[in-house]
Amino acid sequence: MSLDKATVARIATLARIKVAEADLDKMAGELQTILDWVEQLNALDTNGVEPMTSAVAVVLPQRADKVTDGNYAGKVLANAREPVNAGEGGFFSVPKVVE
Amino acid sequence: MINRHCVEQAIRTGFGIEGTINRVSVFDRKNYFYADLPAGYQISQYSQPIVSGGRLAIDFAEGKTREIGITRLHMEQDAGKSLHDQHPAKTYVDLNRSGVALMEIVSEPDLRSPEEAGAYLRKLRSILRYLGTCDGNMEEGSMRCDANVSVRKAGEAYGTRCEIKNVNSVRYVMQAIEYEARRQVALIEDGGTVRQETRLFDPGRSETRPMRSKEHAHDYRYFPDPDLLPLVLDDKRIEEIRTAMPELPDAKKERFVRDYKLSPYDAGVLVAEKESAAFFETVVNGRKDPKLAANWVIVELFGALNREGKDIAQSPVSAKALAGLLDLIENNTVSGRIAKDVFALMVETGKDAAAIVEEKGLKQVTDTGAIEAAIDKVIADNAAKVAEYRSGKQALFGWFVGQVMKATQGKANPAMANEILKKKLAG
Repeated sequence: MSLDKATVARIATLARIKVAEADLDKMAGELQTILDWVEQLNALDTNGVEPMTSAVAVVLPQRADKVTDGNYAGKVLANAREPVNAGEGGFFSVPKVVE
Repeated sequence: MINRHCVEQAIRTGFGIEGTINRVSVFDRKNYFYADLPAGYQISQYSQPIVSGGRLAIDFAEGKTREIGITRLHMEQDAGKSLHDQHPAKTYVDLNRSGVALMEIVSEPDLRSPEEAGAYLRKLRSILRYLGTCDGNMEEGSMRCDANVSVRKAGEAYGTRCEIKNVNSVRYVMQAIEYEARRQVALIEDGGTVRQETRLFDPGRSETRPMRSKEHAHDYRYFPDPDLLPLVLDDKRIEEIRTAMPELPDAKKERFVRDYKLSPYDAGVLVAEKESAAFFETVVNGRKDPKLAANWVIVELFGALNREGKDIAQSPVSAKALAGLLDLIENNTVSGRIAKDVFALMVETGKDAAAIVEEKGLKQVTDTGAIEAAIDKVIADNAAKVAEYRSGKQALFGWFVGQVMKATQGKANPAMANEILKKKLAG
């Protein structure tokens, strides 16, 4: 797989990262080296090999269905730029996202 | 850390939709930016969900059913809730439900009309309620629906689909699909093409509108969440859940048809809600005439609940009380007609049937002498009509029955009154 400038620009947009036009070529090159390395790994035959998800033999732990924390609405909203009804555990507010 | 109860609810629901429970499933990150998603990604399941496949039978009015395929059930974290209608220029974001686990159930593209979509949602909700894995309340958002709609000419491949979000009742889902299908057809007939997009349903105007177009919004760049290990299920626990499964609506319906000889339609109405089915089973318990019990529950009780705007849990007449009334019908203490009056009083006062019958003197007259006396009086008072009847105007029989019932305030046993009347009129 090879990266062109347009693809890098699109990935940057998706990630909401501002990349100057002048930097796109350089970044394409850097990302390309990463992809090349992954492609080297891809060349390995891993048929019949279980994916390794951890270096130690553990499974996803599960917790009991109990409330152990919470009721911090005031604190959560403390740094919001434009909270609404913050005292009553209200809302964050953002520019309208539907037309 | 994942909540064990949520995992179990997903397994339970997986069995309920006849899916395959996957011993190993994986959590992925679904990446997108939106105001109600603080992390910038949602933990979801993509390539390896906890449940694969499944099916569900939707019910039609005439007792027919059709099977709808289910693609998968996966677990994910809920996003926050966006409120768009509270302020002219702002969207309010409530993060209280953010991170709460939810099950997403994806159906195959098998639904062909708004009616089928409605039937699918109602059936799914019924199953979830039987299982106790969701209260099914769409208005409060505990059950939500994203409807994908596409149109095509018969026999052709599926057209481009639009996803309609934000629909919070079965009725609205049906309206939204109806509108959206018409919109797409009109667009294509005018020479246009359907663009894949996300739309919102506006119940006020009964129409769908595009959400502000988010460039590349459908490029979620899923990848396995590096912070989370695969979810590995314990065979023993899966088996425990399977053996503890309650009887589900389809099985219950089948049993009602088989054991109580009910029509598939009546059985379907009774099993739609778990509470209605339980109510009926209490009423019908040990009864000779299950069909009578079904009619009383479906016609009289549901009718009364509808009029009062109550659900079965708030019924003013308990299952035991209704059973008491049916006992009085079956042992001829009251006629079916009087029973309806008694039932109306039960709804009104909450008293039991026997007390009302006693208090109002509504006991059916089964004393032959008393019925004969009433009939003799009717015959004596209406000599002209009797003559007409005897000269061949048989249609008058019903009128005589009416007079006898009137004379006995409706309390004469109808079968006995009919029989004696026929004999006496014959002369």
